[in-house]
Amino acid sequence: MTIHDMPKGRTDGAVRFVVNGKTVNLTLDHRVTLLDALREHIGLTGSKKGCDHGQCGACTVMVNGRRINSCLSLAVMHEGDEITTIEGIGTPDALDPMQDAFIRHDGYQCGYCTPGQICSAKAVLEEIRQGIPSHVTADLDHVTFSDAEVRERMSGNLCRCGAYSNMLNAIREVEAGK
Amino acid sequence: MRAFSYERATTPEAAAAAAVATPNAKFIAGGTNLLDLMKLEIEAPTHLVDVNGLGLDTVEPTDDGGLRIGALVRNTDLAADAQVRRDYPLLSRALVAGASGQLRNKATTAGNLLQRTRCPYFYDTNMPCNKRNPGSGCAALTGVSRQLAVIGGSDACIATHPGDMAVAMRALDAVVETVDAEGATRAIPMAEFHRLPGDEPERDTVLNTGEFITAVTLPAPVGGRQIYHKVRDRASYAFALVSVAAIIHPDGTGRVAFGGVAHKPWRVEEAEAEMPNGARAVAARVFADAAPRPDNAFKLPLAERTLALVLAEAKE
Repeated sequence: MTIHDMPKGRTDGAVRFVVNGKTVNLTLDHRVTLLDALREHIGLTGSKKGCDHGQCGACTVMVNGRRINSCLSLAVMHEGDEITTIEGIGTPDALDPMQDAFIRHDGYQCGYCTPGQICSAKAVLEEIRQGIPSHVTADLDHVTFSDAEVRERMSGNLCRCGAYSNMLNAIREVEAGK
Repeated sequence: MRAFSYERATTPEAAAAAAVATPNAKFIAGGTNLLDLMKLEIEAPTHLVDVNGLGLDTVEPTDDGGLRIGALVRNTDLAADAQVRRDYPLLSRALVAGASGQLRNKATTAGNLLQRTRCPYFYDTNMPCNKRNPGSGCAALTGVSRQLAVIGGSDACIATHPGDMAVAMRALDAVVETVDAEGATRAIPMAEFHRLPGDEPERDTVLNTGEFITAVTLPAPVGGRQIYHKVRDRASYAFALVSVAAIIHPDGTGRVAFGGVAHKPWRVEEAEAEMPNGARAVAARVFADAAPRPDNAFKLPLAERTLALVLAEAKE
């Protein structure tokens, strides 16, 4: 066994999944990540490649209602899944409330991390609503919204411009508006 | 990343058989650690066996009052499980101390146990590392060792097990259940599941080739105050410098396992007799054979003081 062992079978395969409500059929090299499938094969370049190792969160998308790092997932492993990217969350003409709040609170500077931040922010509110505990939850049985909960739960999304406090303001407003 | 063939397994036995049939095959579930390592070509499987279709994603009571956690239960779901929160809060706390929300949504129970070390020399393919490339040497021994082991290491490796979940499971006396390609099952106590590096640091665990984890079982609840305290270089989303998983009863007796200090969750049962006598007495026994490096000698007082904090918190 060496690093140069060659695979004996096919190194590509077919996969079908739903992206933003549309069914997509692709035949892909097994190495293609969900992120690269979205960006390079489907043309949805809203999801961003930052670190490509799950450390920055710029690639965050929703799969079957849950946020994941699309860079750390193989496209061929998503047979039958329902994927929502930033393009499926809202459009310039019909903004999602979270997108609208990010704009009004200036929750970004360069904007590169923003699609991932918005996907995560929407998921964070849902996770709190579902009672999923976090590291800062005082009582595991009573999960409630707080600034500390948002900061902890957003820790997988980096913003090198440092727009965190404005993002927190945006997320707080969306939560209050519900 | 190197090219690989891919299949979706339909049963645990078939998954094990597929992994045995193809040299250099790997199981993939959440993939959050494996794909990271494959991109760096630290892992280069020629075949992936996707086990996500096997079910094994429920948490169910066992006949003896404990819980059986399916291998594919995601970290988020395990931390949020009502029975786990009520009866094993130590496990919930350890899980939410690890990784990020996105990663916990994908990462599985079995995959968490099998995650590789985050030793910087394991990750840097320009440097020698006996775990990544057996026989090449260990750059960590004379390198930056801040994150690395203070006990149980060897001349070949001072890497740590990086996880939080396994530390709680060690304190809870969890057992890892496996099946092999012939259908033979095995129950491995958490104490024996992870190895010390010795002269084979490339082997993290006692699993055989193709042996597949089906579940982790927890014995009946033991009660007590259950506290997981993780000390790290930033407030969230970082690996432990030291972590303490403790179960403390009203009379001061209890159990404690330490993370971030060794190649496996570090628990010395004989030292737990000292629990009523305080952190210094416990730590003196737990770390009696410690061999820290100049960069990580701070972990010994840090471990003792973190335990002292936990013991004080348990009295509140």
